Amino acid sequence: MDFSPTQEQAALKESARRLCERDYGFEQRRHRIRGAEGFSRDLWKTFADLGWLGAGLSEDDFGYGGGPVETALLQEEFGRVLLVEPYLSCAIIAARAVVALGDPAQKEALLAPLVAGEKLIALAHNEAAMRGDDAAVRTEARLTADGWRLEGRKAFVLGGSSADILLVSARTPGGVSLFEVPADAAGLEVVAYHAVDGRRVADLMLTDVAVDDAARIGPEGGALPGIELAVDHGVIALMAECVGAMDAALWLTRDYLTTRKQFGVTLNTFQALQHRMADMLVETELARSMLLRGIAALSDPDPRARRAGVSAAKVQIAEAAVKVTGEAIQMHGGIGVTEEYVVGHFYKRAVLARGLFGSIDLHLERFAAWSRKAVA
Amino acid sequence: MNFDLDPADAAFQAEMRAFIRQALPADIARRGRQGFHATHDDVQAWMRILNARGLAAVHWPRQHGGTDWSPLRRHLFQVELRAAGTPVPDQAALELVGPVIYTFGDEVQKARYLPAILNADTFWCQGFSEPNSGSDLASLKTRAVRDGDHYVVNGQKTWTSEAHKADMMFALVRTDGEARPQAGISFLLIDMKSPGVSVRPIYTINEGLSVNEVFLDNVRVPAENLVGEENRGWGYAKFLLTNERTMSAETPHTAFDLEQVKQIAAVERRGGRPLIEDPLFAARLARFEIELRALEAAVLRVLHMGENDPALNATASVLKLRGSELRQRIADLAVEALGDHGLAVFPDVEGQDNMDVLAPVPPAPDYAAGWLSRAMFRRATTIYGGANEIQRTIIAKSVLGL
Repeated sequence: MDFSPTQEQAALKESARRLCERDYGFEQRRHRIRGAEGFSRDLWKTFADLGWLGAGLSEDDFGYGGGPVETALLQEEFGRVLLVEPYLSCAIIAARAVVALGDPAQKEALLAPLVAGEKLIALAHNEAAMRGDDAAVRTEARLTADGWRLEGRKAFVLGGSSADILLVSARTPGGVSLFEVPADAAGLEVVAYHAVDGRRVADLMLTDVAVDDAARIGPEGGALPGIELAVDHGVIALMAECVGAMDAALWLTRDYLTTRKQFGVTLNTFQALQHRMADMLVETELARSMLLRGIAALSDPDPRARRAGVSAAKVQIAEAAVKVTGEAIQMHGGIGVTEEYVVGHFYKRAVLARGLFGSIDLHLERFAAWSRKAVA
Repeated sequence: MNFDLDPADAAFQAEMRAFIRQALPADIARRGRQGFHATHDDVQAWMRILNARGLAAVHWPRQHGGTDWSPLRRHLFQVELRAAGTPVPDQAALELVGPVIYTFGDEVQKARYLPAILNADTFWCQGFSEPNSGSDLASLKTRAVRDGDHYVVNGQKTWTSEAHKADMMFALVRTDGEARPQAGISFLLIDMKSPGVSVRPIYTINEGLSVNEVFLDNVRVPAENLVGEENRGWGYAKFLLTNERTMSAETPHTAFDLEQVKQIAAVERRGGRPLIEDPLFAARLARFEIELRALEAAVLRVLHMGENDPALNATASVLKLRGSELRQRIADLAVEALGDHGLAVFPDVEGQDNMDVLAPVPPAPDYAAGWLSRAMFRRATTIYGGANEIQRTIIAKSVLGL
């Protein structure tokens, strides 16, 4: 058992911390969110140059030999500054779907430009009625003489508004299949909107969208296990963001209490507030520990055990994040609820993390079902 | 012990329900259900409908345009107003400055300001908090210096709700810098159109505008706008803040929200059934409803206490504490019930209070609009009106004697 980062991992974290501190000030972020795309293409290029877009991928998968640990290290730093670039959707979730399901030619065609920052890719799997049940795909693909015709609607697709390529899941005769669809395909309408935490998301309306059979990624009817694995990687990466956001909110609040004066003294002298800050630290440390279990769970060969481990991490960390960042607002008082001050935005990210990829209730059920089986 | 209404009160409630249903314009009702802050025009239109029936401020004494209804009936009326989704009126005027004026103001002030409040001719804001005086209100620094028949006011107020729409501000100002902090404060009515008053919006995390900074730069305020006596303003403010705590249980609002969440839970589905039949969600909803019942019972107890009951102050803090927490939690529960729809930003298309760029409207059902905004704004319910930390200190000190 060893929890310490390797030298390379420590260096990666350090470089991410430095870049985020230099190029991701809260004002810069606000400016980016209000731009047409909602993030910085220049920064994305920098990420590519630094090797971050392939940091979590093996060399066989056109990455730099890392895995979920490297991904989580970066994500934690991104969470500290509330990054809005589509790293989670493109470099983690979409990349993992291709790794899990693509053939060698598809991997090369998709992962190489993804890692180079030349193409943005998004997994368009979620649907409005799905609520975390990955099997509940209603979008359909119909086999015709010259390929597949896709019909349906995808919802709240992370990174969907700027992706060049969408990996669309659809129901086919054998089950769930995954298709590569270019963003400019005829019959595809992309409706972009804002998520609570500053990210852009999109709904996709697919009306008789035609793709070749060569655009199918993974076996016909057999894509679900790969999609679930990609989503699980996404959940853990999102929880890593939460850990970064919680930690940043915790120490920002600590600093605020030591400077804000009321009743003639700084707020940190009130024991009632000291104890609540102590509880925030307890929650943050437990979340950080649970994240390690979540990362470990991703390599569990038993998919049900893996999913249970991911669900456990989601319940523990997302709930802690909502609590800690909510407390951070409360202890700041009025300034905490202003748009122009950062602390409320940590809370927004926590609320997104709690709701995304299925509710806390769904993950409790998933964990309980697995735990029950282990008894029997 | 009996929670049933007397037949006469039940008849009263039915009459009010029927009146509101008939009188509330459909478009205002629709916007009310969306949960964004009500617009100036909607508030004004609805207040004037109420005022025409003598119902604009039912909790005021009859001689000032109120009613002689019992506290219970006033509460029942509030319940019915909220249940119908009527616009939330100008609370700064009706709940805060109005009672101060009719209790401590002179006859000229009463005649000038009270009818205009009842008819929503003037909107008010509360100039209490300052950048370094939030919970520690008595440390406020805005100064008013007497100059002939005027006061000259200099300073800065913050978290001023609705200042951007307000015609008048009631402000706490320091008129004696030598006295102990509470003893040198006066209660002044300031016309927002006076030269030297400027308002800067503070956008909140719901991406809307309801609070502001107000800068007062050599503002000349007629001395006749002083309420009561100079340097006695702290006493009037305490009187008013007790009112604020009592109303901030806001159980009628929360009950209205709960009904909406139930309706959402009847439509939104997870795992093949409506959320309301999902044991985990249903249990959370039930637990919430039970807590709300307890708080409603506490409100009813307060309504039956005399105004001089020594338990009143403690119970007011209890209501504020739990009431504000439930306000937060019901909006949070709605966000969770809405799934992905709860995580999407809806622009406040009906209001004019938007950020510089309006977010696009997400493709989602109508009932989803406004809930995220409410959930975000309500992080403030446990901060404003005396932060909950202050309420706990009040309970610890004045009730428990710690």
